[in-house]
Amino acid sequence: MNYSVLIAQMLQASVMTLRIFFVTLVFSLPLGLAVALGRMTKVKAVNIPVRIYILIMRGTPLMLQLLFIFYGLKPIFGIQLERVLSAEVAFILNYAAYFAEIFRGGIAAVPQGQREAAQVLGFTKRQTFFHIVLPQVVKNILPPMGNEFITLVKDTSLAQVIGVVELLQTTSEWVSSAVSMVPFAVAGVFYLIMNAVVSRCFTVLEKHYAYYR
Amino acid sequence: MPILSAHNIKKSFGGVEVLKGISVDVDKGEVLTVIGPSGSGKSTFLRCAAQLESIDSGEIKICGETLASNNESGCAVYADKAARSRISRHVGLVFQNFNLFPHFSVLRNITEAPVRVLGKTKEEAEKTAIGLLEKMELSDKAGAYPCQLSGGQQQRVSIARALAMSPDILFFDEPTSALDPELTGEILEVIRALAEEHMTMVVVTHEMSFARGVADKVVFMADGTVVEEGPPEQLFGNTQSERTKAFLSRYNAGG
Repeated sequence: MNYSVLIAQMLQASVMTLRIFFVTLVFSLPLGLAVALGRMTKVKAVNIPVRIYILIMRGTPLMLQLLFIFYGLKPIFGIQLERVLSAEVAFILNYAAYFAEIFRGGIAAVPQGQREAAQVLGFTKRQTFFHIVLPQVVKNILPPMGNEFITLVKDTSLAQVIGVVELLQTTSEWVSSAVSMVPFAVAGVFYLIMNAVVSRCFTVLEKHYAYYR
Repeated sequence: MPILSAHNIKKSFGGVEVLKGISVDVDKGEVLTVIGPSGSGKSTFLRCAAQLESIDSGEIKICGETLASNNESGCAVYADKAARSRISRHVGLVFQNFNLFPHFSVLRNITEAPVRVLGKTKEEAEKTAIGLLEKMELSDKAGAYPCQLSGGQQQRVSIARALAMSPDILFFDEPTSALDPELTGEILEVIRALAEEHMTMVVVTHEMSFARGVADKVVFMADGTVVEEGPPEQLFGNTQSERTKAFLSRYNAGG
């Protein structure tokens, strides 16, 4: 087994893993916030569809969602997304649902008195949300968000079920061709390093927000 | 012309009537203290006047502008959104639990609303805020965060925050109830100083000697009604109602 080739290929596959990771975050965080607000509104026409969406995303396996978006959209809607895009769409939709519930908890944890104080001072609802509530939500949700980010790094490996060549897929090929477990161990180290970086980022963020309360 | 004029205010929470027809007038420069047992509707009344709760029927006017009034069937109808927001500019409210913004420094707690709501420049707002902090004897705390302050200091910041909006009337909802006994004095002192400057105020309080000392007029509320009202000497010295007497004697007995 040529280790330098192994490492080079795994590094290359890691780029796909990281791509799915970042693309998912960039889209699912804002989407999750919007979904949280939709979940919290009293407007039934918004609230009910949002609840159904969250139920489906959290109630079915992510792997099934990946398969459905890649293979299932064609027969039903005549849409065929390319493999990587399918994976990204599935991850975004799935993670937005989880993020939404985390945002919802974080928003509910901001005391009502904060909104009342803002209202009496004359802030609009929008100003209250973005300047008073949301900054406090960010601090509230860092620990559960850290969990989700770490899970996402590992979940990217599921993309291989629709043929996306990511880190674990590449590793498996090496394992079967070289008849060696070493690539698995190396892949483990790769995931570990990525998640050590994620953890470290969250530690820094939590320290940054430790200046109050 | 009264700054606050409330007439026959009624308000229910889930079938329970907490305000059963409250009428109160506060003139410019007047200090009204509201006393009464817990659950008598004192705070609810203030929250209605500050638009944190809506009334079911009755009339509220602030600075001559009608916030809510009855329609033919006797239900309260509120003014439009623009008028409500204009009316809310006249009103400041100091909460029992301060409700300072924990993620902002003391200075920014005071400047945020003048900048965002009144459109003042940051420099202007900071100048006012620093003046108010001096008045509250908190000049050295401008850069601190609320969590670093004592309860009494936090409440003084929240008073400064309310004053920075230059309200025409300032409401205090039990401003010392969340404080340790040794810290209540400093807050009462601040309110007394504001009274001397003829700030128009409504203070809901359980501090009887303060309620008597600072007020131009005292209202005793019980079970959602105004039982008795009058100048402090009369209400405390020559109490008319048995209900008021019973309440005050319990306080006197308790020290």
